[in-house]
Amino acid sequence: MKPLDHSRMPESPGASAPIISVSGLSKTYASGFQALRSIDLEIRRGEIFALLGPNGAGKTTLISIICGIVNPSTGTVTADGHDIVGDYRPARTKIGLVPQELTTDAFESVWATVSFSRGLFGKPANPAYIEKILKDLSLWEKKDTKIMALSGGMKRRVMIAKALSHEPKILFLDEPTAGVDVELRRDMWNMVRGLRESGVTIILTTHYIEEAEEMADRIGVINKGEIVLVEDKHTLMQKLGKKQLTLHLQSPLTALPPDLQSEHLQLSADGADLVYTFDTQSEETGIATLLRRLNEHGIDFKDLRTSESSLEDIFVSLVRGRS
Amino acid sequence: MNIYGIKAIYLFEMARTWRTIMQSIASPVLSTSLYFIVFGTAIGSRMASIDGVSYGAFIVPGLIMLSLLTESISNASFGIYMPKFTGTIYELLSAPISAIETVIGYVGAAATKSVIIGTIILITARLFVDFSIEHPVWMIAFLVLTSVTFSLFGFIIGVWADSFQKLQIVPLMIVTPLAFLGGSFYSINMLPPFWQKIALFNPVVYLVSGFRWSFYGVADVDVGISLGMTFLFMLACLAAIWWIFRTGYKIKN
Repeated sequence: MKPLDHSRMPESPGASAPIISVSGLSKTYASGFQALRSIDLEIRRGEIFALLGPNGAGKTTLISIICGIVNPSTGTVTADGHDIVGDYRPARTKIGLVPQELTTDAFESVWATVSFSRGLFGKPANPAYIEKILKDLSLWEKKDTKIMALSGGMKRRVMIAKALSHEPKILFLDEPTAGVDVELRRDMWNMVRGLRESGVTIILTTHYIEEAEEMADRIGVINKGEIVLVEDKHTLMQKLGKKQLTLHLQSPLTALPPDLQSEHLQLSADGADLVYTFDTQSEETGIATLLRRLNEHGIDFKDLRTSESSLEDIFVSLVRGRS
Repeated sequence: MNIYGIKAIYLFEMARTWRTIMQSIASPVLSTSLYFIVFGTAIGSRMASIDGVSYGAFIVPGLIMLSLLTESISNASFGIYMPKFTGTIYELLSAPISAIETVIGYVGAAATKSVIIGTIILITARLFVDFSIEHPVWMIAFLVLTSVTFSLFGFIIGVWADSFQKLQIVPLMIVTPLAFLGGSFYSINMLPPFWQKIALFNPVVYLVSGFRWSFYGVADVDVGISLGMTFLFMLACLAAIWWIFRTGYKIKN
């Protein structure tokens, strides 16, 4: 008998339903601090969702509630159709969490701690699977090493291995690359992509915008306990992304020639720079025309550079706009 | 029922025991041996027998109880305190495991270790003094019941404590005095009548008395009452644990 090939099975009716559905979720801590204010959020099956927000925005609280570490004040969350409170066993079995802090045991071996996690999540031992995870995360050599003897980056890998040990369908990565070197970050991005290909839904929080830019399918921005926006990454970049051409002039101008004046072209305060803003998406950027006409006016420039508004600029403008 | 989860916690905790085998086993055995040398052999040889039992033999059940209480509390409290301290408790909280299953794992492991230590002390004691066990089944029952009950109590302390100091303070300031005053080294009948009444408020009196009865058939209080009081204390601990998990007290914020 051939093993079932899940990828070829007809999609179940619920397959297009969101894998995580958060509605009306609020959290007020005992101190009176309101960390979340009536959050509504849906995570699609199989996507990489990046949750962006400044420190203290409520990212970790939101994740902690979904994973069962913090009790919600009001509202509901379902994970793969299971209520996270009333039906917590199937809900939590589907979720893996890599928390922000490097919290590991000290005296256990890598192998023991990862096996422990699998058992804790109700799965029978499966040495072959644990071996695969450790190999994928370049931890196989270290399997018998005590965790306290590992470097920070290695500990981070151990925490990911623990989160994956019970074969979750949903993986939360809370600031996965904070304080991680370039190599590990690249490894981690590759791993995350690999997981998505195998059908795992990934939710990552980050304040490295480039990470969201690089990885995410959709982006949610959270600020002061509220979801400011949720948007497809490309749509977001298109909608809010702008490109600028800055020309550093040979000799400063006091004013723009009248026929060059437009809302797109601005002269810097000292008159030394001309800044031309254009839409990244349009076919006709107008750069060629601009340069030709500058030439006609005898305006020379000695240097030029272009810059694209990054997700970071978009993010900053969104968060500022709200505060 | 998350059997694999219980097993994982239990084996994890037992692994900690084997890893620290020297301080886990050697230190209670050493301290008990010292008690036997000082109280049993040196002082005991000049003491009259109590209720027809030689003094050396008389203190055996009390000494085992003393170790059971302190070991159960320290093991169970440490077991749950460490994940809180290091932060690894996040995993326990996010796992599909119920409060009861968590308690079975931690308390089961702590109690197992206590029973092992109790047995080793019993064997060690045999090297110093001659004694017999009249009701072996009851002896085992008391051994297990006490280990479980005080491991539950230790679990509560481990949840309550938010510093290593607090972790030590209850065993040191409350349990040790109670154990010493609970008739480990004497029969409470030897106390003046007033202090005998006071002693009856000490839960350890019932444990030691019941345990000693299983050895020699003599007791300070009726064995039924001893058993009843132990169960009562166990129920109180279970109620406290139920409340802890229901409210998330000091575990979830």
